[in-house]
Amino acid sequence: MKQEYRKKTSWGALLAVLVFLAVVLWLDQIIKPTNKMYMLLTVLQKGSVYALAAVSMNLLNGYTGLFSLGHAGFMLIGAYTYAIFTIPSSARDAVYQYFDAAVRFSFPEALSGVMGPAGTAVGVLIAVILAGLMAAFFAWLIGLPVLRLKSDYLAIATLGFAEIIRAIFQWQKLGPITNGSNLLKNFARTSKFKLELGDTKLVLSTFVPVLIATISIIIIVKLVNSTYGRAFKAIRDDEIAAEAMGINLAKHKMLSFTVSSFFAGVSGAMMAMVLSIAQASNFKSAMTYEILLMVVLGGIGSTSGSVIGSFLFVAASEWWLRGLDSGSFLGISAPGIFRNGFRLVVFSIIIMIVVLFFRKGIMGEREISDVLRSRKKKAGGTAK
Amino acid sequence: MLEVKDLHVSYGGIRALRGVNLEVPDGKIVTLIGANGAGKSTMLRTISGLVKAESGSVLYNGKELIGMPINKILEEGIAMVPEGRRVFTNLTVLENLKIGAYLRNDKAGIQKDIEWVYELFPRLQERSWQMAGTLSGGEQQMLAVGRALMSRPKLMMMDEPSLGLAPLVVKGIFDIIREINRQGVTVLLIEQNANMALKTADLAYVLETGEITLQGSGAELLTNEAIKKAYLGE
Repeated sequence: MKQEYRKKTSWGALLAVLVFLAVVLWLDQIIKPTNKMYMLLTVLQKGSVYALAAVSMNLLNGYTGLFSLGHAGFMLIGAYTYAIFTIPSSARDAVYQYFDAAVRFSFPEALSGVMGPAGTAVGVLIAVILAGLMAAFFAWLIGLPVLRLKSDYLAIATLGFAEIIRAIFQWQKLGPITNGSNLLKNFARTSKFKLELGDTKLVLSTFVPVLIATISIIIIVKLVNSTYGRAFKAIRDDEIAAEAMGINLAKHKMLSFTVSSFFAGVSGAMMAMVLSIAQASNFKSAMTYEILLMVVLGGIGSTSGSVIGSFLFVAASEWWLRGLDSGSFLGISAPGIFRNGFRLVVFSIIIMIVVLFFRKGIMGEREISDVLRSRKKKAGGTAK
Repeated sequence: MLEVKDLHVSYGGIRALRGVNLEVPDGKIVTLIGANGAGKSTMLRTISGLVKAESGSVLYNGKELIGMPINKILEEGIAMVPEGRRVFTNLTVLENLKIGAYLRNDKAGIQKDIEWVYELFPRLQERSWQMAGTLSGGEQQMLAVGRALMSRPKLMMMDEPSLGLAPLVVKGIFDIIREINRQGVTVLLIEQNANMALKTADLAYVLETGEITLQGSGAELLTNEAIKKAYLGE
């Protein structure tokens, strides 16, 4: 009976996801860049980037209890890997103005030569996966020495790693690969994503990042609910007891770390394709803190919390509070001294209020499915 | 049968065990009593592979356990209920039990054993979906025992199961230990509650500052004058 219920909820969840994707695709068609509501699409794009970053950080910090602050570093690796391997050869020399580009290969270009238009999509996909793999590889490398550390020490070590990575990517000597401290551009980006079927053109600018984030998050949820996920949580709760149950600590910590970094890399690639540029100086530790804030606001140890936290964060900072800058917000016109910059003060106050009233974040450790289930119980009155 | 021979273990410069010899025959309840710091917990942690031994040997049915990884020792059929219960507080009761069966792959068998544990501890079944951290101390101890049973052990080692529990609850725990033993699980029990432990045990050892000073049947030691003075408070 319990199994049946589970099956029902997972079908329901799948249906909800499909409806959501369909709505996003539809919004992508009807909202033009000139429309006032275009901010909604921007929020969906950036929100999905941050949602994946937050969920992957939650896998490590929330479920496995490893406090790591290297997320921006792994996202940087992902963003650069994606960008470098999707710049078309015609644009390469313009991008690498001061250097002689070392990598002269673009997945979308090479594959579209073989498979036609579909090759471009496959090429982008391969570049995204490669971005994740590259981040995961670096995570594995750094994880070997660093994962022996505990709590704060691990945080310091990973934070240091992220800073080192940022410095190395800006290093002039690596210019032929990373373009030094200059930005990478002209690679495959979401603003260009379209599907042409005969006469009808489908805009995919928002749909693609949302789709990638959705699939990735589903994979992470599956992992969390598997025996591996249960072992992660056991390690978080009590390492010694987990070890006594026969759980291999080193192996599971490494698994969580590399998987988390893989998806951090993917979200970095998404960030590059959404923003149309990749620049190492953007991936500061402040970005890690922002993502951590989303995780905490949503509720540590809740995947739906991380998603909700990210979208709320992005929507509030990019859209809802923008009115404050021009002086009118919710019909109230603020005096001039509050202009430009006051938005951030309001935003910080809102965050403090949220933290005060939701001590364990918006969702706590619950998921949306738990909330719906307890609602149903209350409404139906039958407990079991 | 578990045989410990001339076991030496050091902890950061302190010699916790100094040549311990001990035997746990199949199907019996064996208890190891001693004061704080006598080396009782070190003993269990060494057998289960959490602590490395300096010298000596631990034979289980003729197999050397020293140097074996923890998961192999568990697969040999030795499970431990750690001191202070150490349940996974943010996992549900059911998830705790499933973690106990982490090294097993037979789904049907695991399901059967969950039902077996629920039969032994009906209270856990009522609390199946509750977070383990919300259970009372006694219930957490039941869960720790149930979790250890989920690996289908032939030998279960328990580290102070009566710690911090009310006398009535302690009695319940010892009843369960006897019941588990009746169902064919050998038990190695560490206790400070010497009275309860000696009444339950077939065989008893007294450990003092890393050495075995006395051994005999539980009933024998209960009447021993020195034991009475040192551990039973008479």
